[in-house]
Amino acid sequence: MINGLPPAAILILGAFLVPFLKGRLKSAYLLLLPAIAFITVVSIPEGIHWTVGFLNYDLVFGRVDRLSRIFGYMFTIISFIGTLYALHLENEDGQHVAAFLAAGGALGATFAGDLVSLFVSLELMTIASTYLIWARGTEASYTAGMRYLLVHLFGGLCLLVGIIIHVHQTGSIEFGVIGLNGFASYLILIGFGINCAFPLLHAWLPDAYPEATITGTVFLGALTTKAAVYALARAFPGTEVLIWIGAAMTVFPIFYAAVENDLRRVLSYSIVNQVGFMVAGIGIGTTLAVNGAVAHAFNNILFKALLFMSMGAVMHQTGKSNATDLGGLYKTMPLTTLFCIIGAVSISGFPFFNGFVSKSMILAAATHEGMGMLWLVLLFASAGVLHHAGIKIPYHAFFAHDSGIRTKEPPVNMILAMGLAAFLCIFIGLVPGPLYNILPHPVDYQPYTGAHVLDQFQLLSFAVLAFCLLILAGLHPVEIRVILLDVDWFYRKGAKVFYRLAKFLFKDPSPEAASPQLSGEGKGIPGGAKVNP
Amino acid sequence: MKEGRFFDQPHNVKRLLMGFYIFLVLLIVVDLFFPKHPVVPWEGYPSFYGAYGFVAYVTIVVASNYILRKLLKRKEDYYD
Repeated sequence: MINGLPPAAILILGAFLVPFLKGRLKSAYLLLLPAIAFITVVSIPEGIHWTVGFLNYDLVFGRVDRLSRIFGYMFTIISFIGTLYALHLENEDGQHVAAFLAAGGALGATFAGDLVSLFVSLELMTIASTYLIWARGTEASYTAGMRYLLVHLFGGLCLLVGIIIHVHQTGSIEFGVIGLNGFASYLILIGFGINCAFPLLHAWLPDAYPEATITGTVFLGALTTKAAVYALARAFPGTEVLIWIGAAMTVFPIFYAAVENDLRRVLSYSIVNQVGFMVAGIGIGTTLAVNGAVAHAFNNILFKALLFMSMGAVMHQTGKSNATDLGGLYKTMPLTTLFCIIGAVSISGFPFFNGFVSKSMILAAATHEGMGMLWLVLLFASAGVLHHAGIKIPYHAFFAHDSGIRTKEPPVNMILAMGLAAFLCIFIGLVPGPLYNILPHPVDYQPYTGAHVLDQFQLLSFAVLAFCLLILAGLHPVEIRVILLDVDWFYRKGAKVFYRLAKFLFKDPSPEAASPQLSGEGKGIPGGAKVNP
Repeated sequence: MKEGRFFDQPHNVKRLLMGFYIFLVLLIVVDLFFPKHPVVPWEGYPSFYGAYGFVAYVTIVVASNYILRKLLKRKEDYYD
């Protein structure tokens, strides 16, 4: 047993002091909390810590091994960057507290040695995340947050029932390798799968994340899906069905992202695509593949946060996030443009940036296992990443046609947060050794061979050529102001039908029954919350 | 703040593109002479990666715009 608090408790308990502080002291405290949590993650020795008796079982709040520690690094680093990015919000204590609670939930799940504390941690993350969506204060954020909550409560329920049956069958609440071996394991997989945005279970993500607050989305995009990736890596490594679930996740969102107008929604589909690479890696299950999946989770948290922060900066300055409303901002936001481009080339996997040194491990693992078809699919998806995240995001926000918007750079704390993330993207790309050293398994992989660099430059450069030629020939389709139907259509329209049916059957006289808020027909936000940027 | 106008000047864009095209030609030429150890057979074909990237990009643009968008687009107030 060691002294001090578990990393999750530092953020969760520490969060409650935030509302009592003011000015510079508050800013310092906000940055100090994730820093202390990070130092704790660095310094806890491997093993089992913080064990608490509960009924006839032992709850373990600190199972520390190489797999949990690297996810601990991710969640504390992104908490620091996200808090720095949100530091200008002096009167938004609720958002700071919710962000720490969500990050605390992710850390709790990461270091949970038992299924009960895992479940409680994930539910805490769900509730805190819902607040970060609602805190935007718009009607759209209210209804999207409500759908987010319902979908995740359903996922939580699947997980809970799965856990109860699993514990009943095995007599143990230990959170270890479960594997697909019966009804309970399927329920647990679905529970994780909803958090992970498996195909058909994914619609909550592009529905809710673009509606969250500018600073909240940075946390959301990093926490929920990556905590689920951790849970999969812990419980279902080498589960074959994950290979094809992951492959599907890498492919279908690239078509949605290609024609989506809201650039923050493009990035949300991009999360599904990126998590797909990780899920496929976990499904392959070899040491190289799992290392690749975990390394990619680490890198993805950085470049995806960077992209969300740059789009958030644009939204903070202009109030807009639609491709059709933006363009030409490089003239007045050169630093933000630079940071966005660094995020874009990193996620695309250009050599010398961090995406290259991790995604390539997953592709190499596919070829080593003789999975040529999977390799072709992941390579296709890599070109897709370049299309929507590498080109579309920076091109439509900062270049393209000049929207005539003249603004300035965002507050200095936002610049610093983006700068820190950008630095890490480049540093890890140039010097992958330190990242490789903290991966779950020993690494025997060299990303920088001549052939590999050449191949990757070819793949991406000729895709860029396709973009240039289509633009020059006037054949590249333009963005238009529409929305695209996704799987959420079934419950958004289905809920309306259900309410009308219930109203017809039970003749409910109350006006609410006729205008369910669930389906976006709400009359407003309870309490008349003010609208946040 | 003085506005940057680099990309508003067509000759700047032309120069950038020219540099890019030269880079692409270099990639093809170097690829021809580079010793390779393909794990998957297709990797060994000359400039396989470049061709695949180009075709994949065009496929994504065409399929998303002319199939997915046609089928699934709705007005922005569709759910309201």
